Amino acid sequence: MTISRRPWSINRRTILKSGAAIAAAQFSSPFIITARGETPIRIGMVDPLTGVYAAIAQNEVVGAKYAVEQINAKGGIMGRPIELLVEDSANDVGTGVQKTRKLIERDQVSFIIGDVNSGIAIAMAQVTSEKKVLHIVSGGHSDVVTGSSCSWNVFRVCNSTTMDSAAIAQTLIDKFGKKWYFLTPDYAYGHSVQAGFEKILKAAGGTSAGSLIPLSTPDYSSYLIQAKAYNPQVLINVMGGNDQVASLKQFVQFGLDKQMAIGGALFELESLRAVPDSARIGWWTMEWWWDQPGVPHVAEFNAAMKKLTGGAATARNWFGYASVETLAVIANQEKTLDAPKLAHALSGFKLPPEIALQPAAPDYRSGDHQLMSTVFVGEAHPPQGDPDNMFTIKSPVPGEKAAGSVESTGCKMQWPA
Amino acid sequence: MTEQSRKLIVLVAIWAALLFAPYWMAPLGGYTALATRVLVLGLAAMSLNFLLGFTGVLSFGHAAWFGLGAYGAGMSLKYLAASTPLAVICGILLGGLCGAILGALLVRRRGVYFAMVTIAFGQVFYYIAFQWSSVTGGDDGLRGFARAPIDLGVLKLDILSNAEVFYYFVLFCFALAVGAMGFILRSPFGRTMIAIRENERRSRFLGIPIERHIWIAFSLSCFFMGFAGALYALVNNFADPRGLHYSQSGDFVMMAVMGGMRSFWGPLLGAFIFVVLQDYLSSITVNWMSFVGLLFVLVVLFFPRGLLGFFQRSKA
Amino acid sequence: MTLLLLFNITNGLIVGAFYVLMALGLSLILNLSNVINFAHGGFLVIGGYIAYALSPYVGFWGALLLAPPLTAIIGLAVERVLIRPLYGRDPLYSLLLTFGLAFMIEDGTRFIFGPQGKPFVIPPFLAQPLSNDMFFITGYRLFMVAVVVIAIVFLFLLLRYTRLGIRIRAGTLDLETVAALGINVGMLRSLNFAVGIFLAGLAGVLAAGQLGLEPTMGTGLLMPSFIAIIVGGIGSLPGTLVGGLLIGVAAGITAVFFPAASEAVIYVMMAIILLTRPRGLFGEEGMLS
Repeated sequence: MTISRRPWSINRRTILKSGAAIAAAQFSSPFIITARGETPIRIGMVDPLTGVYAAIAQNEVVGAKYAVEQINAKGGIMGRPIELLVEDSANDVGTGVQKTRKLIERDQVSFIIGDVNSGIAIAMAQVTSEKKVLHIVSGGHSDVVTGSSCSWNVFRVCNSTTMDSAAIAQTLIDKFGKKWYFLTPDYAYGHSVQAGFEKILKAAGGTSAGSLIPLSTPDYSSYLIQAKAYNPQVLINVMGGNDQVASLKQFVQFGLDKQMAIGGALFELESLRAVPDSARIGWWTMEWWWDQPGVPHVAEFNAAMKKLTGGAATARNWFGYASVETLAVIANQEKTLDAPKLAHALSGFKLPPEIALQPAAPDYRSGDHQLMSTVFVGEAHPPQGDPDNMFTIKSPVPGEKAAGSVESTGCKMQWPA
Repeated sequence: MTEQSRKLIVLVAIWAALLFAPYWMAPLGGYTALATRVLVLGLAAMSLNFLLGFTGVLSFGHAAWFGLGAYGAGMSLKYLAASTPLAVICGILLGGLCGAILGALLVRRRGVYFAMVTIAFGQVFYYIAFQWSSVTGGDDGLRGFARAPIDLGVLKLDILSNAEVFYYFVLFCFALAVGAMGFILRSPFGRTMIAIRENERRSRFLGIPIERHIWIAFSLSCFFMGFAGALYALVNNFADPRGLHYSQSGDFVMMAVMGGMRSFWGPLLGAFIFVVLQDYLSSITVNWMSFVGLLFVLVVLFFPRGLLGFFQRSKA
Repeated sequence: MTLLLLFNITNGLIVGAFYVLMALGLSLILNLSNVINFAHGGFLVIGGYIAYALSPYVGFWGALLLAPPLTAIIGLAVERVLIRPLYGRDPLYSLLLTFGLAFMIEDGTRFIFGPQGKPFVIPPFLAQPLSNDMFFITGYRLFMVAVVVIAIVFLFLLLRYTRLGIRIRAGTLDLETVAALGINVGMLRSLNFAVGIFLAGLAGVLAAGQLGLEPTMGTGLLMPSFIAIIVGGIGSLPGTLVGGLLIGVAAGITAVFFPAASEAVIYVMMAIILLTRPRGLFGEEGMLS
């Protein structure tokens, strides 16, 4: 029909020529790996930098990069500088596994950190244990990471879902009552948080019902209609990320906040920032919080994060920071990069205050390698003073108390010979 | 140089490159697992091209059969037996049979409508894999299986921990599939497919049962897709719903178009460029998605015949 | 039980109204230009972000009025530069192009605004339920339905009584003849595309108030729109309207009996339609075969 006229005179040849020029420039440098003098120690970090978890993943990377700077300023690991290689898992297991292999086989990293998505973290752990590389799961919460799928080389900084739900369950029972309704996302994380809550609720003689909701649901009205019909005392919102934002917005718009309390396990600062003031309500747990007056080093870290991100430090910043710092501190202590030796040393290792950034001294429990970090139970509210001051800590719960016994996690740790 | 000998040289060059891939990729910043991934996705793109390029049928939901192949292989390894050949066969059958059954319903439609319907059906399977978590593992995917070493009696192929051995195993499977594809395309049936692509109405006047041929071509391409999917599950030791999503289909179509839809090896070239580029870009920038999207746009606007099509044109 | 059912049907209509808005824009573009706009969700996101960027200066209402036309202008530019070269070709290419465009839009918004979700604030008097019992009918949702109804009425008036509308309708049936009559088909397609994108931008502003405003917001809304079009019948705008409402109500009813399947049921509906009446409820035979 009509001959299409291009508005400007770019044609195939121009593109091909410029493309070839750009490609040549790129191909010369990092693609061909040349020998180097003082070889840095490489840490590989795999996180979903694009996709639905981008905000929290990118915050983990910010914390990690800051830690690398700090460590290099103090001389690195055993005198060698450290280099952080960050790869995007794009929230896809295949990509995450492949990037892990790439980091280990091609880039010869000594350590692996990742992933925010527990499913990817576990798949990565399969690779890291096969290759005998020390692996810190910075932000994937599913119980099985340090539970039934635990492995000698895998350690976790963020809490397990059991820790988060156990820390706040009794508070919710005492404050509001024993009739609960769950809004649970229909995947492993959601199921395990709900299970954790239900165990404690049933033991206290409570009753519950709930809805299993597909991820990325735009409209929660039918589930909220059922919740209202059930008439609970507390609505437990287990949704994560943007789903939590949407469901809370709608919960408040429906006026349900006047008829029942709301609470749950995680309501991360990144999500708190994304809801309007009216939806900044409820009782939640924070895995780490930037406003801890009286606890040394926290204000320093917060100020550094503020400079880098423009906002207060979030738990995710701290996860990335603590992961890298842990690796540096243990390698410097043991003066080796051998994974089994480091893993043995890290088992039961207590974090020093400048890394822990919390009142207690948490350790990586030897039975399952889970960091016994303090769980901060508190209440969300609209900003007071600082624009990020949207949460007040009411009762910090020590990690060991919330975590339950090692047996209950189902972890049977097997060490290499 | 005659046409025949030129084709032979090209073929030899391609196979030489494939055979020695682990050796020439490493110094260039590649790694064996990347080569394996290129092979598997290349096979998927070629299976799609079997339908798209050679029959002219626009199926945009083809990743469904790929993902089904992955789940078939995974479930076989997890629930049936720790046997890799069995897993591959299960994957082929699951992907192929589902495709064949559904294909029968779809063949009456063409063009944009067909594309929309294939997308929607692909999403149905994605949704089933996502929701039926007791069987498929849901969003977390099917885990807990690993490719089993192959025991051929005289020698044992450790495809589990040896990346090179696994690459050659995948290359062997690739050769089988590609050989079968080439054989079909060279047969009278293959010629008929091309005739349908060139002018469907005229083919119908010649008495060719169009719908039946399209259905057979569709089903065959689904069997090949299932094969690729099964191999993909072996690469990852994992099967997840994302393999069924329409964005995965989009990737495959892109590979076919980028390499050259009208040529047999084009999609493999497209897969190579796509996989390597994505791997490279996502390591150096967080905004790799913009570049990949830009690539799609540029290829569609300026290189619709793909790389091989571009070269063939300039020779003519 | 009947009360619960009634609630969910009413709720389904409200949700369906939103799907209708998305699907109508998609349908307009599909009918006239044979283009499957995979980037439609991306334009929704653009609309939402423009509204967010404007609201500190012009408030919610100003943003609602300005964001859709601004999104439409962006759509116009995209159509002119990227999509127009593809009209003569196989529909495969426009599909791939919009697919790549969707990637670029998602990443572009993430680059400009950051991955962090943004709090888009709606006027407080709207964020209230009408009554305690019918709590799910909030002022905002009623407002959304009102906006959708107004948009549909305007679309109807546009298509019925204006010259542009008549030409679009004629073009949907036989574009070659329309061109032969001397009408600038290129301009027609561009304007048609712009109208479709206007609707997407409008949907984006409305969605920003209900969901979290972030770069991946639009992807989950694309599939239901497709299905609304398939169920209602490709080539028929009233069909798309009915299709959207139908899937909203179906999802709502299923949520009462079998909540986990409430999303699956729309796919089942599509499958049933394709098996029993492939042209859709209101589609015409041979419209896009």
